[in-house]
Amino acid sequence: AAAFFGLPHIASAAQLDEAIAAFTGGSDMANDGITLIAPEIAENGNTVPIEVDAPGAAAIMLLAAGNPNADVCTFNFGPAAGSHLAATRIRLAGEQDVIAIARMPDGTFKQARQTVRVTIGGCGG
Amino acid sequence: MAENVVPRVRVPRDASAGESVSVRTLISHPMESGARRGSDGNLIPRSIINRFTCEFNGEMVIDVTIEPSVSTNPYFQFDAVVNETGTFAFTWYDDDGSVYTDTADITVA
Repeated sequence: AAAFFGLPHIASAAQLDEAIAAFTGGSDMANDGITLIAPEIAENGNTVPIEVDAPGAAAIMLLAAGNPNADVCTFNFGPAAGSHLAATRIRLAGEQDVIAIARMPDGTFKQARQTVRVTIGGCGG
Repeated sequence: MAENVVPRVRVPRDASAGESVSVRTLISHPMESGARRGSDGNLIPRSIINRFTCEFNGEMVIDVTIEPSVSTNPYFQFDAVVNETGTFAFTWYDDDGSVYTDTADITVA
């Protein structure tokens, strides 16, 4: 990353693919059975509310395709989880896709993505 | 080193057995991403909460792996199923090795 001195560090597509592959092992992903709720326009990229819901999921990973580091967070659900829903607030450097990938207990994967427009970026670049 | 780190949690006071209750947590923390530059032009070192867990009576509810893209004062909302009266235990792990904890009791009728 030091090679990008002085420039905003934007994740390369390769880094995003790597992060996804590390989670899914390259498996195919279905596009149903997972809901991602994100605002269409976020005024402040420093704190963008995101909610994901994937009934039955063992884990859900959140990714921001255009951030310096695409990884955002991974929710691992335990036996006492009441549902497979989680909400948090994230930083977005600019307009980009937010991606949620759910790992199901049977080893299959589901994904949802949504483009979020950002008025003021939130990564200090 | 993060200062004035204060965890806050909110769970219902009581519930019926088997009910799914909503849990909300927030911890005041700067979540310095490591990508920002200070006034001297140098990168400010990363200092974030990198993991958050919630257990109910010793059983895992949720275990979150956190990267710098999570906002300042990380907030999480999720659901937990409660079958008996008990205690939620919340734990936040800081990059600097600090561990912050909080608990919340719930009465199940």
